[in-house]
Amino acid sequence: MQDRPTFDELLEAVAGYLRDDVMPNTQGRLSFHARVSMNVVEMLRRELATMEEHLAREWDGLDRLLGVEPMPPRLAGVREALLRRNADLCERIRKGDADEGPWRLAVLSHLRTVTLDKLEVSNPGLAAEYRDRA
Amino acid sequence: MQKDEVQQGLERFIAARTGGPVTVSNLVRLSGGASRETWSFDAETPAGRIEGILRADPVPGAPTIPGRELEYHLIKAAWDAGVTVPEPLWDGDDTFPVAFFVMRRVPGETLGARLIRGEQYAKAREVVPAQLARDLARIHGIREADHPELARLEHPPAGKTSAEAQLDYYENNYRTAELDPHPVFELAIRWLRQHLPPPGEEVLVHGDFRLGNFIFDETGVRGILDWELAHWGDPMEDLGWLAVKSWRFGGKQPIAGVGTREAFIEAYEAAGGRPVNRQHFLWYEMFGNLKWGVITMTQAATYLTGRNRSVELAAIGRRTAETEIVLLELLEGRWD
Repeated sequence: MQDRPTFDELLEAVAGYLRDDVMPNTQGRLSFHARVSMNVVEMLRRELATMEEHLAREWDGLDRLLGVEPMPPRLAGVREALLRRNADLCERIRKGDADEGPWRLAVLSHLRTVTLDKLEVSNPGLAAEYRDRA
Repeated sequence: MQKDEVQQGLERFIAARTGGPVTVSNLVRLSGGASRETWSFDAETPAGRIEGILRADPVPGAPTIPGRELEYHLIKAAWDAGVTVPEPLWDGDDTFPVAFFVMRRVPGETLGARLIRGEQYAKAREVVPAQLARDLARIHGIREADHPELARLEHPPAGKTSAEAQLDYYENNYRTAELDPHPVFELAIRWLRQHLPPPGEEVLVHGDFRLGNFIFDETGVRGILDWELAHWGDPMEDLGWLAVKSWRFGGKQPIAGVGTREAFIEAYEAAGGRPVNRQHFLWYEMFGNLKWGVITMTQAATYLTGRNRSVELAAIGRRTAETEIVLLELLEGRWD
């Protein structure tokens, strides 16, 4: 285990530097890219804070659609397996399995959950807008 | 190009067209765009003062598309049809080593979020949709028979409708981007295949007609820009693209963030636009959201393959989810 500051505390420091030191003292393209970089760092903080929960939720959703499978113990294994399972889901959709009926509704519901989780990281404002609507 | 080269070239070029001598001042390069160099300048000429814009290819022999080569002729055809565009002045010659043309500068703003939120644009927000509808109706009235100089613009390939050809193109881009699988895109592609619009008439399609690509001021639309993606195709393509969620810039309404679809259709038809089939309009809106989603993936791919290491391109990869949530809404029949 690493010493403090935690990754979140360090990322906060980097975001603050970009926001408070770089952006006000640069112009044009440089300042714009500093803003983009700050937004990316803030996004990473949200991703790291929610990753475990989001990956587990996506796994459970795919269990309901494709059948239960044990979740690999390590993160790299989970990512690899999720890519494979999402490719399987794509294949089922291409075959027409989600054209109608209860499985289509289940697929739509799962994808909404997963997409809102992605937006929670990349664009929390938009996620809130769509959560309120559902 | 270097500033000195542009300055001297412009003075010679304009002098030859106005009976010289000409002095160019306030020369500024506006965009760092990879596909075009845009320079703003003022010129004192025997025919009076010209506030102008020079549009030039970035390098000699740059890879190009018909819409870019023909941009001057497109703006000229639009100007002659009464579309709100910057006045085209002269097509280029061999003054510079790159292709170029000159048009009059139009003052105003292009940033979408400013139209949506700016206090000074309250009046503009009311009138922009109908102005866009009129301009689009006039663009769609431009016919190949009257404009042989535009014949080289892309046509739908033989045996395919414009809609099918475009869906094929973006599906192929999605499949060859070789990033993560996207089940939402699969659902959208399947829906679009099952609801393809039948063959229709072929008109001049602007190809990127949206908030962000026109100049506006307090009075509304001042100039339709970005003609490089113009082609011959289905008029409904421009209507659907205009309504894509990302082009609303946070605005609550579908048309440029500030107008309803129904009011737009009414204004477009009243201005002489093509008869609007609402199903086809919505097809192109679904397609437009998919297209922008695929573009966010392919832009991220240019970063991931090392062709361009810009943090901006890398970050665009995380915008794909914005299009996925919209596609899910549309697939569930919620057209807001």
